[in-house]
Amino acid sequence: MTNPDISTRSVIVEKDFPHPPAKVWRALTDRSLIEQWLMKNDFEPVGGPAFQLRMDPVPNWNGIVDCQVVTVDPAKTLAYTWGTLGLESVVTFTLTPTDAGTHLRVEQTGFRSDQDAAYKGANYGWQSFLGKLEGVVAGLE
Amino acid sequence: MPNAADRVFKALADPTRRAIFERLARDGDLKVHALTARAGVSQPMVSKHLSALKRARLVRHRRSGRETHYSARQESLAPLVDWISGYGAFWQNKLDLLGDVLERMDK
Repeated sequence: MTNPDISTRSVIVEKDFPHPPAKVWRALTDRSLIEQWLMKNDFEPVGGPAFQLRMDPVPNWNGIVDCQVVTVDPAKTLAYTWGTLGLESVVTFTLTPTDAGTHLRVEQTGFRSDQDAAYKGANYGWQSFLGKLEGVVAGLE
Repeated sequence: MPNAADRVFKALADPTRRAIFERLARDGDLKVHALTARAGVSQPMVSKHLSALKRARLVRHRRSGRETHYSARQESLAPLVDWISGYGAFWQNKLDLLGDVLERMDK
């Protein structure tokens, strides 16, 4: 029998960009640029103050992600908390220079089986959000 | 009518029920009284939770004489894994959009 080990999991997504780390860093930390690829926001590129990422509300989700910067190491590492729908997680962006530009690694940690609301959120909110996202992405093509 | 994911998430949203499920997933085949010893609730409550887990198809049972043994159905966790991989798909999409933004910044 396999061990399900649903206690803590993380998501890791990596991508290479033909752009230098300083430029990728700008896109990760400039409010108007963040809005163009992630969400509307009142991002503060310093540790401490809370900020929010905001989407249009969907049924059973107000569209708000509560965040707080935990690590700022310019052009290298950016980490902030990601709280929504009961999920209490941390998203870490790690930039590594390459010959062709930048390797970006995004890791979201903290998918825990003891987060009641996350289960509920996954049930009621997240799936509709994903459906909406697919629609948005399809509309771009 | 709720789909499989609804049933799984609703069943696991209850902390006591989730603890019972995790115990079965970890320790394998158990009888009700063995589960009751650690669950912190009465045997009728454990039986009620087991019924809910069975309805969600998270748990299977087999009879051996007068005893009923319960075990976790590992494959039933697929919706939970889907939830996590949904975040993977989310970031994949977002990084594609980030790539587009970086291209536009050149101009």
